[in-house]
Amino acid sequence: MKGTHLGEFQELVLLSIGVLYPEAYGVGIKEEIYAKTGRKVTLSTVHAALNRLEKKGLIKSELGEATKIRGGKRKRYLTITAYGIKMLSESRAQREQFWNAIPKVVFDVN
Amino acid sequence: MKPSTGHTPPKWANRLLEWYCRPELLEDLQGDLHEYFDRNLASKGPKRARINFVMDVLKFMRPYTIRKLEILNNLTTIVMFKNYFKTSLRSIARNKLFSAINIIGLAVSMSVCLLAISFLVEIDSYDRFHEDADQIYRVKNSYQFLQEDPSYFASTSILAGKLIQEQVPGIKASVIMHRGFSGDAKMGDYIVPVSGIHTTEDFFEVFSFELLRGNPETALSEPHSIVLTDETAEKLFKGQDPMGQTFQVGNEETPYQVTGVMKKPPHHSHLRFQSLVSFATYEEKRKENPEETYWISWSNMWANYVYMKLEDGTSQEDIEARLVPINDKQNEKSDRVTINTSLQPMLAIVAGENLSNQIGMSMGPEGTWIIVILTSIVILSAGFNYTNLSIARSLRRAKEVGVRKVVGATRGQVFTQFIIEATIISLIALVFAYLLFFLIKPEFLNLDPDIQQMLLLENSPKVFLFFILFAVLVGFLAGFFPATFLSKLRAVSVLKDASNTKLFSKVNMRKVLIVTQFTLSLIFIISASIELKQYKYALAFDLGYDTENVLNIWLQGNDIDQMANAFASVPEVSQISRSAMITSVGNRYSETIKYEDPTDSTDLTYNFIDEHYLPLMGNRFLAGSNFESRQLQEREESIIVNEQVLKRFNIGTPQEALGKYVQVGRDSQGPRKLRIIGVVEDFQYATIQESIESFGFRYAPDRLEMLNLKIATTDVMATMEKLETAWNGLDQVHPFEATFYDEEIQRTYAEHSILFTIVGFLAFLTISIAALGLLGMGVYTAETRLKEISIRKVLGASEGSLVTLLARGFMWLLIISAAIAVPAAYFLFDSVILADAVNKANIGFIELFAGVIIIFAIGFLTIGTQTWKAAKSNPAQTLRSE
Repeated sequence: MKGTHLGEFQELVLLSIGVLYPEAYGVGIKEEIYAKTGRKVTLSTVHAALNRLEKKGLIKSELGEATKIRGGKRKRYLTITAYGIKMLSESRAQREQFWNAIPKVVFDVN
Repeated sequence: MKPSTGHTPPKWANRLLEWYCRPELLEDLQGDLHEYFDRNLASKGPKRARINFVMDVLKFMRPYTIRKLEILNNLTTIVMFKNYFKTSLRSIARNKLFSAINIIGLAVSMSVCLLAISFLVEIDSYDRFHEDADQIYRVKNSYQFLQEDPSYFASTSILAGKLIQEQVPGIKASVIMHRGFSGDAKMGDYIVPVSGIHTTEDFFEVFSFELLRGNPETALSEPHSIVLTDETAEKLFKGQDPMGQTFQVGNEETPYQVTGVMKKPPHHSHLRFQSLVSFATYEEKRKENPEETYWISWSNMWANYVYMKLEDGTSQEDIEARLVPINDKQNEKSDRVTINTSLQPMLAIVAGENLSNQIGMSMGPEGTWIIVILTSIVILSAGFNYTNLSIARSLRRAKEVGVRKVVGATRGQVFTQFIIEATIISLIALVFAYLLFFLIKPEFLNLDPDIQQMLLLENSPKVFLFFILFAVLVGFLAGFFPATFLSKLRAVSVLKDASNTKLFSKVNMRKVLIVTQFTLSLIFIISASIELKQYKYALAFDLGYDTENVLNIWLQGNDIDQMANAFASVPEVSQISRSAMITSVGNRYSETIKYEDPTDSTDLTYNFIDEHYLPLMGNRFLAGSNFESRQLQEREESIIVNEQVLKRFNIGTPQEALGKYVQVGRDSQGPRKLRIIGVVEDFQYATIQESIESFGFRYAPDRLEMLNLKIATTDVMATMEKLETAWNGLDQVHPFEATFYDEEIQRTYAEHSILFTIVGFLAFLTISIAALGLLGMGVYTAETRLKEISIRKVLGASEGSLVTLLARGFMWLLIISAAIAVPAAYFLFDSVILADAVNKANIGFIELFAGVIIIFAIGFLTIGTQTWKAAKSNPAQTLRSE
């Protein structure tokens, strides 16, 4: 199921969009990822991921009102679609399955 | 955002983003980048922020952000092109006068430019047929006597060629040439004059001339080997196989053997020759007298040429660096003369720097510059017309632009539309220009025999392509300004009020263009009249002797006494004299002359003559007498000098000078002492641009090479025929060559007459074009101000005052042009072109102002007729229809 597979970074972006709801947009997401994980990503990387996600139908976008900041350009606000939520929870469920399958002993070693 | 900082992201990066980014993504991306930029500005400072911005813009270039070639968009573009084309044609057809003025003006000026383009293409094509032509170089020399200004030569010494062959690495092949092989080839009774170049055996390795027969490596190694061009071979052997044949040349004993046949050098080769003779032949002849070693010395650099082909990776600088020590070492041997060798690329020979002693074709850089500058002025003038009239008429087109914009045209589209319109006009003009080009081409080629030798001006696809590119470029440039201006118009303001003030804000620019146009036309016309005056002045100049009805005949190696006798039998020949050359046409022989002080010397220009020469030419004696008739003497002993010699050496009055001795050069028996037996009045022996210096007539019967015939006849043609018959009675090999002295002088000053013809023609063109433009403006003004005129008339203005009202503005422009052009032209000639000429015609009132008056008359006529028409119209008619 290559087409629907959610990459690690894409998942991170998707989660950030969720966190920032309803005001998720490019720079905001970048900052959020930096704040939560300490990872410095470039704007273009974020945008590329957003583009992918939108193509897959996991998020949808909508232009906001023009403001004086950003050189008078409107922001593109992103929200997660129902399908996106489904993918996220699927991905989470898969991980949960793995987590639950790890024997307790493994954690005791360290 | 912190508005106080005032920093903005780099504009070009922003533009780049706008250019490549898909429109639907652009806004968001741009916004994010701006926001991020502002954050960086706060945290990292402006410099860092800008760098980051640029980097991000570059990083954003990803497949999904980059605009796709939108087929749909392209389709509309194509459709729109069709539309532009159609509307352009309509607009051209609708404004017949406007289009006609532009097309005629452009066609006329473009025809001249086409000539210039084919000229430049042809000059550029010279010598390119050689393989690796850009790797072939020629050695040039600079010659400096003591601390005088050095002079530059295309020739060099044989020694330089040999040293280069021995000592300089990085040369694939080099060749030493010596010019001046010529003589009559004799095969029994059959005699054909041949000429050629002596050259070493690597000739065919350096150059890519095509050898048809023979071995390129050995053909020129043996003495008395000769390689003929196919043309010469045919002339000599008429269909027989030339290979291996032998013939004698002149009085030389050893016969020459044909070791190869090559194709005649193509027209676009600066080297042109009939034959190649092995350099060994020349060396052999020189070595006959082992004591005489001047020919191989460093300073014998007058008739030898060295060409070389460099190896790949060797540059001109590499070789020149190697030449420096050779130069230094050789120059140490001489304390007076410094001779330095350096290289000249072969491709820069034809239109490159001016060098003396050229071998073959070359014309110097000035010709190219003059042609480029003059033709650009002409085309500029026509381009100005287009720009001017388009802007003037933009009021009408403004509505069209407004509508287009309302319907959705972008600025770029409107711009394209007007550029296309200009280009179409320019292409139509090209068609006419091409026809005109064929009319003026033969005229140009016939201006001067040299031009004919140099140029063919053939049509090649390359030239044709340049023509079209040129027309498109002209269209673009002429249309650029009106197109920018019209495309800038805002739909709202244009549609609301067509007589928007903004449209008239370009009036000043229009005035500037008109003034420029007329200034250039005036400079042209003034230059032409000054050139004409100089030419007439030069021809009418009193040289100090009489050249009228004197026919000069080159003997071409014939016996002088026999020829003189033959011509003497023609009754129309009243006097015959002999001389070594003819003066006043730019040639000169000179030697150093000294008087009593052995350290004080100067150059003496001289001519060898016989005792009949001075009476025939009518030189005036101040003292002393003519040479006495004598047979070949043992040693030259007397001289007739001009006044300058006396002044130069303070010899005193002409009477006192008689019997004094001067030393002129040396001969085999030491310094040559000559006794002054006569003093003639100063006469202009050089061209009139030069001043008169020391001159002497010398008597040496064995040095005379031409006959001067004084002719008294009313029927020149018949006399010439008789003379030719007399010539042919003695010499059937060489054609009879005779020129009247006056013709010879005319030829000397031909440059003035050629310049006059060219500049006069261009003056005519620019004036016509400018007048056309003025006519267009006149029509336009009269048209737009028709109502105003009518009202004025109703209120009682006279027709005369109305014409004055309308014409005044234009006449002012003409006055300003004249005020600029007259001093400019005067300065140009007085201080630049004629600055060094010793004798020159004064630039008078007529030359300066005749042109101005002509232009004023033309200007007034064109403007006047139009305004007169407007002023005469019935106000009732024009005012009724509103």
